[in-house]
Amino acid sequence: MVEKALKGSLKYWLWLLFLVTIVVIAFFAWQYEHHYGAGVATGLHRDLTWGFQIGQLAFFVGVAASAVPVVLSYYLHNYKEFAKLTILAEFMAVGAVMIAMLSVFVVMGQPTRVFNVLLYPTPNSLIFWDLVVLSTYLFLNILCGWAVLHSYYKEAPYPSWLKFFIYWAIIWGPSIHIVTAFLLQGLPGRHYWLTAIMAARFLASAFSAGPALLIILAILVKKLTKFDVGEKALQTVAKIVIYAFIINLLLFAFEFFTAFYSGIHSHMAPFIYLFAGYEGHAEWVPFSWISMILAAIGLVLLLVPYTRKRETTLVLACFAVFFSVWIEKGVLLMVGGFTPNVFETVTPYFPALPEVLIQAGVWAIGFLVITILYKITVEVFKSKELAVKLKK
Amino acid sequence: MSIKRRDFLKIVGYGIAGSIISLGGGFIVGRGSEILAMIDKQGEKKGVKWAMAIDTRAFKSEEDFEAVIKACHQAHNVPNIPDKNREVKWIWVDTFERAFPTAETEFISEEVKRRKFLLLCNHCDNPPCVRVCPVQATFKREDGIVMQDMHRCIGCKFCMAACPYGSRNYNFYPPREYLASMNPEFPTRTLGVVEKCIFCYHRLDEGKMPYCVEASQGKMFFGNLNDPESEVRKVISENIVIVRKPELSTKPKVFYII
Repeated sequence: MVEKALKGSLKYWLWLLFLVTIVVIAFFAWQYEHHYGAGVATGLHRDLTWGFQIGQLAFFVGVAASAVPVVLSYYLHNYKEFAKLTILAEFMAVGAVMIAMLSVFVVMGQPTRVFNVLLYPTPNSLIFWDLVVLSTYLFLNILCGWAVLHSYYKEAPYPSWLKFFIYWAIIWGPSIHIVTAFLLQGLPGRHYWLTAIMAARFLASAFSAGPALLIILAILVKKLTKFDVGEKALQTVAKIVIYAFIINLLLFAFEFFTAFYSGIHSHMAPFIYLFAGYEGHAEWVPFSWISMILAAIGLVLLLVPYTRKRETTLVLACFAVFFSVWIEKGVLLMVGGFTPNVFETVTPYFPALPEVLIQAGVWAIGFLVITILYKITVEVFKSKELAVKLKK
Repeated sequence: MSIKRRDFLKIVGYGIAGSIISLGGGFIVGRGSEILAMIDKQGEKKGVKWAMAIDTRAFKSEEDFEAVIKACHQAHNVPNIPDKNREVKWIWVDTFERAFPTAETEFISEEVKRRKFLLLCNHCDNPPCVRVCPVQATFKREDGIVMQDMHRCIGCKFCMAACPYGSRNYNFYPPREYLASMNPEFPTRTLGVVEKCIFCYHRLDEGKMPYCVEASQGKMFFGNLNDPESEVRKVISENIVIVRKPELSTKPKVFYII
């Protein structure tokens, strides 16, 4: 099937070239960081050592698990509408897990030593467990997506041994959020993170932002290639998005209540910094409000059946949900966790250009993988449909 | 509805097996307090547990602090980085509000509020940094010293997120370019690794005091917390002492005499 990715239109190749160019630029930015130091290449500092790149781990882990509700409905509840979408969801998960893992890899100060994590396995460190759950989830999604597509290609039912791996992947999906949330929520003295509902928030935001991206990609694929996953499938996913998103917003509101009703200063301080500014620093206040406004837009557009059912407004709503969560979880979660710092003062953080370029390269690798896997999927389905037509 | 003999025996079998398992489980759980006591006793093993006490009343002038900091930083090849947000420091000076942010400060004596405090790694008895390190590059020795292996560290900076005291340093800049002089007795570091105070374990092994304690000329005390006769235990018990953020249960072993 791989050969299907080697033949494509000029547009396809130009898109791949564009992504590869970004990866090359990112590689040089990464080299720059490791030659001159993170001091000039990133906005990180003593008081904020995990910036928006680790935020991308948190966010794209969520995007990856968007496959779970789709795969679960298809295989466990036999929801046939999701037949085509399931493969797209699994392959999107592959790209997203790669983005998540690479986002961590590129921030390592000593990348050549990274295999020390396997050489000295340390079960009390959650980074070790994160590596285990993420790489397993990556493997499971490649295996399941590829095997199902291949059986379709060979016009045979998928092998029975695959069932085991499909169920495994469904059970495994939530673990990648839970473990990633545990990275943050178990640290003493980081008040914004020290909350038991962090893992629950990770699940809720994942099942809203991830499927939102899936809807956008599925509609994009339909526009570009005529590969249609079906209107009904997309509407069902839209409903998953709205339920998960409401839960996500509610959980965030609960955090507000606990912080402000208890009146404990250190718990309120990160919220004050993010939403109003703290001790004369208000660097991220506009972003917090943009995230909230996008959330409101997405919520309204998805709740009203008229706008949910029209493609343009559905895509708009999905973009609003996706970027609302991206700002909140991909950027502000890190900023709020480290600000105010351990001395209860503010050391502002803003990503530096090389840092953003490196991350752009990581995104590009993820989307390169998704593009190629989607291309193969679309071509396989096209060739089968053509064969059916010719037989007639 | 009748039940087959075979099924009945099966159910009885499951019942017996289940009872045995829960009996065993209950026995272990019920012995919880005994097991905890055993673990506690192990912790109380009369070994060495190093601790430090800093007499904040005795530090009066800038020079008092500088002598201490210089002794440590020169001996350990700590680079002098001008970027204050990204510098490397093993021991440094800060204000009362920043050192003890959770303490109530509004109405305390002006003299104490104006005092400066030496900050360094607390060598916690319950260190969060050790818990989170994925490669055991930071670990706790039997004598309680929290160590940092700069040659195993992968630079993930998780320990810096975990440390509630801001005591850990990441090499944001190539450290060797910022060394005025170099002590060949101690290794220099590379870009992208974490480092911090190591309680001068190398000097303790030789029977000497840490550099900072030596340079403080009696303003800092160091010794074995498990030995009731040690100087550090005496000054802690005879004075009013505080530690940084005790509410986090990290059990710091650097005490401040107020």
